[in-house]
Amino acid sequence: MVTAGGTNEEAAGEGAEDAPDVVIRAEGLSKVYRMGEVDVPALRGVDIALYEGELMVLLGASGSGKSTLLNILGGLDVPTEGRCFYRDWELTDADDAELTAYRRQHVGFVFQFYNLIPSLTARENVALVTEISDDPMDPADALALVGLRERMDHFPAQLSGGEQQRVAIARAVAKQPDVLLCDEPTGALDYRTGKLVLEVLQRINLELGTTTAVITHNVPVSKMADRVVTLASGEIHSETRNATRLSPDEIEW
Amino acid sequence: MLSALDRKLLRNLRTLGGQVLTIALVVAAGIATFVTLQGTWQSLHGSRDAYYERYRFGDVFAVCSRAPRSVADRVEALEGVARVYPRVTHVVSLPFDDEPEPAAGQVVGIPADGAPPPLNGIRVVDGRWPEPGRADEILVLDNFAQARGLEPGDRLAVILNGSRRELTVAGTALGPEFVFAMEPGAAIPEPDAYAILWMFEDAASAAFQMEGAFSDLVIKLQPGASEAAVIDAVDRVLEPYGGFGAVGRELQSSNYFLSQELQQLEQMATVVPFIFLAVAAFLLNVVLSRLIHLQRPQIAALKALGYPDRAIGFHFLKLVTVVVFLGALLGVVLGRVLGGGMIALYTEYFHIPDLAFRMDLRTGLTGVAVSLVAAVVGAAVAVRNVIRLPPAEAMRPPPPARYTRSLIERLGFLGLFGTSARMVFREISRRPLRTALSSVGISMAVAIMVAGRFGMDSFEDMIDTVFSRAMTEDMAVTFVTPVPHRAVRELEQLPGVTRAEGMRVVPVRFENGPRHRDAVIFGQPDDLTMRTLMSSDGHEVPIPREGLLLNATLAQILGVSVGDTVQVHVREGERGVHEVPIAGLIDEMYGLQGYMHIDSVNRLLREGRTVSYVLLAIDAAHEDEARRRLRDMRGVQSLFSRRAMIDRVRAQTGETWGAMTFILTLFAATIAVGVVYNNARVALSLRSRDLASLRVLGFTRAEISAVLLGELAVQVLLAVPIGLFMGTWMAEGIMATADPERYRMVAIISPQTYAFATAVTLASGLVSALLVRRKLDHLDLIGVLKTRD
Repeated sequence: MVTAGGTNEEAAGEGAEDAPDVVIRAEGLSKVYRMGEVDVPALRGVDIALYEGELMVLLGASGSGKSTLLNILGGLDVPTEGRCFYRDWELTDADDAELTAYRRQHVGFVFQFYNLIPSLTARENVALVTEISDDPMDPADALALVGLRERMDHFPAQLSGGEQQRVAIARAVAKQPDVLLCDEPTGALDYRTGKLVLEVLQRINLELGTTTAVITHNVPVSKMADRVVTLASGEIHSETRNATRLSPDEIEW
Repeated sequence: MLSALDRKLLRNLRTLGGQVLTIALVVAAGIATFVTLQGTWQSLHGSRDAYYERYRFGDVFAVCSRAPRSVADRVEALEGVARVYPRVTHVVSLPFDDEPEPAAGQVVGIPADGAPPPLNGIRVVDGRWPEPGRADEILVLDNFAQARGLEPGDRLAVILNGSRRELTVAGTALGPEFVFAMEPGAAIPEPDAYAILWMFEDAASAAFQMEGAFSDLVIKLQPGASEAAVIDAVDRVLEPYGGFGAVGRELQSSNYFLSQELQQLEQMATVVPFIFLAVAAFLLNVVLSRLIHLQRPQIAALKALGYPDRAIGFHFLKLVTVVVFLGALLGVVLGRVLGGGMIALYTEYFHIPDLAFRMDLRTGLTGVAVSLVAAVVGAAVAVRNVIRLPPAEAMRPPPPARYTRSLIERLGFLGLFGTSARMVFREISRRPLRTALSSVGISMAVAIMVAGRFGMDSFEDMIDTVFSRAMTEDMAVTFVTPVPHRAVRELEQLPGVTRAEGMRVVPVRFENGPRHRDAVIFGQPDDLTMRTLMSSDGHEVPIPREGLLLNATLAQILGVSVGDTVQVHVREGERGVHEVPIAGLIDEMYGLQGYMHIDSVNRLLREGRTVSYVLLAIDAAHEDEARRRLRDMRGVQSLFSRRAMIDRVRAQTGETWGAMTFILTLFAATIAVGVVYNNARVALSLRSRDLASLRVLGFTRAEISAVLLGELAVQVLLAVPIGLFMGTWMAEGIMATADPERYRMVAIISPQTYAFATAVTLASGLVSALLVRRKLDHLDLIGVLKTRD
């Protein structure tokens, strides 16, 4: 396996006995989109794993296949070929209802465009998820975690972009997911707000220990990760492990 | 070569397939009702006028007992009279060997020289005109001939003035005075029970001892003559000869019923299509505003490229036009088919030769034009809002929707609802007008169904009140002339008859100053058990010992009330004129008549204890025998079986109402589906992003369906009570337009009708929901996350 084997010297230095558990594992993932008459490959035989408690950054130019990969790992899409496991559960065998249950119980999503429900307040957007999960946080606590306790009862239209994205993060973490998948969470935000959002993600990863994968095309952001995987043309191009994670406020771009 | 814009139009039409179809169907329902009802009305109206004109239908009609022929010349000399046609008419009965009751009939004289009558012409349908000199040859009303399977050359037994004669059917015929042929006093027309026999004048005169005399006068007026003045003058001339009072066309029995029917049809032809077309306009507005909303950036791009506002506006109006034309085409075709069916139904009751459904081009074009205007008005608002925007602004996404807490939450019921319900309520309170309009649209469907079915309910109620509670006899017997009261006892002795009760029925003219109406007085004994006087609210009314109990509507027509007196001109026997005090008024469901104690009637007529109408209770086991004995009894004019009458009335009206209800239900369901489905599709396109987000968050399909369909459920549930209320209101409105001289039914709506309308609406909602639910299963979860709203 490319990931476990280590093209990377730091990974090789760690003992195999205290290697953390694999949360999500994928083998030979391929995805082909049929665009009319032509087949457009988005992924070509990707092997990847996501480890318990880590913060992984997926880097890549637009069209490199990183969103497709994240969607498959999150149970939003199915690969054309290859297998994908959540712990021992093979997601590539699951039907639509099972994938819904997988997302509902284990996965938190954060998207570039927040995808909040405009007719619900911040607290209600979070409650949307807590109402259907087994062991959720109190929505107010989740919002406090992202620094929005004061603006809980505002509707999305009354919040700034950064605030909306923090509500989306609170909504994603409130169910205490096993994995937090973020697709360009700062893509629609300005520099300062983007940093604020990344700090929230870092805090959640450190304080709650939530396994987190963040997609970005913004190379400096990778400095906050434990591990950085770079995709190009649907293939894993490189994988590196940071010796030290930087806090988002130390990163400049 | 199609322009790029037209290609866009075609693609839009394809992606909007389901919506285009459902809206086109509502438009089609509107145009079909318009074409059906207007076309039927025009066909009937046009055919009637042409028929009257071509067959020289008279203007004034007078009947008397017997007047010398010279009197006709005096009438012709009256001012305003252009021409008179005196003839002999007489009531007859037609016995059929295998039937217990004879059919009733009327003999009408025709010129003995074989020339066509100068007025009230005759159209031979089958066979030929009788041969002059052959006294036994007759023409028979075509309706009767068809119902009885009579053909030219057949023999027909007729009781002429008490003696049985075998006549030969030379031909079957129709006449403008018998378009609606109904036995006087019957509740509904029965083609097999009422015959018109046209017979040579000399033969008829001989049979009824009317040589040199006439009993019936048809009068043609001079152009511009006063009908009322002529009627007055004719009445004065005929009074010494037992005149029954002349009437104009308006009150001529056949024309009266036909006109009533045409009047109601005309009202329906205006109101019903209007409802359908209004709903179609509303739907087009909803769908187009959403479509235009979705295409905002494209419209902006078109404007940026240099397309003028006019071209863009026209582009969307073309879309509307296509939908309307699709609907129009379907509607016109459907309307013709249904119109043909309507005419076929009318042909059973109204006999106009060559009556066929004719839709003139104008009706079709008017229907299309009206719906096009309605649709364009509906769409224009949405189109205008977009083309008014400057391109740069239109290219930016519209500002995010603003929501507030809904009223229900602010009232403090927050805790009762989950998050999904909250989304539903906020969506509704953000667009209350749309919810309200949608509910109104659906409620129209409910109302149409209620209004379409209530007639049946009211009718059943009338049968129950009139034929089951107010009348309980098994059979009623009428006599040619009044008979002594002891005849009642004789009838009671007949085998199978368990009880007999006599009444004295007198034809009269009620007069108060210039106002008058021809009607009858029912003379009843105190101890009458088989008839109960029942007011329209179901209360029993006792018969006064002295004076007249007058039908309230009749009292209104005459302008009299309790304590007044009314002049009663007796139209039989000695034909006296009497002042009778009014002792009471009675509200009744139908008819115009008065009631008196039988002793008072006998006293008024200065006759002994006589009866003219006997009610019988008959043991079911002996009924056929009793009927046979009665039929052969001397002096008996006709027999009415109550049960047979109820059965016939039910069968006939059931058929008409059944067809009507079915069509209206179908159209109403079209409206319900049209509104619900289109709203669901619009809601879906407005909120697919929210719904996809929910799916990503782990909501199941059922859960997101609840969010989307919850809104529709609220619309439908709101619509049902509104619709039931509107339907009731429409039913009362329709009832109010019915002629009060004929029926005064209360609009009765049974629980079954309410339940039916509710069930059909809920089912339509459910079907629409299922159609949309399929779309929900194919939400693009990934695409929606990649795009900004």
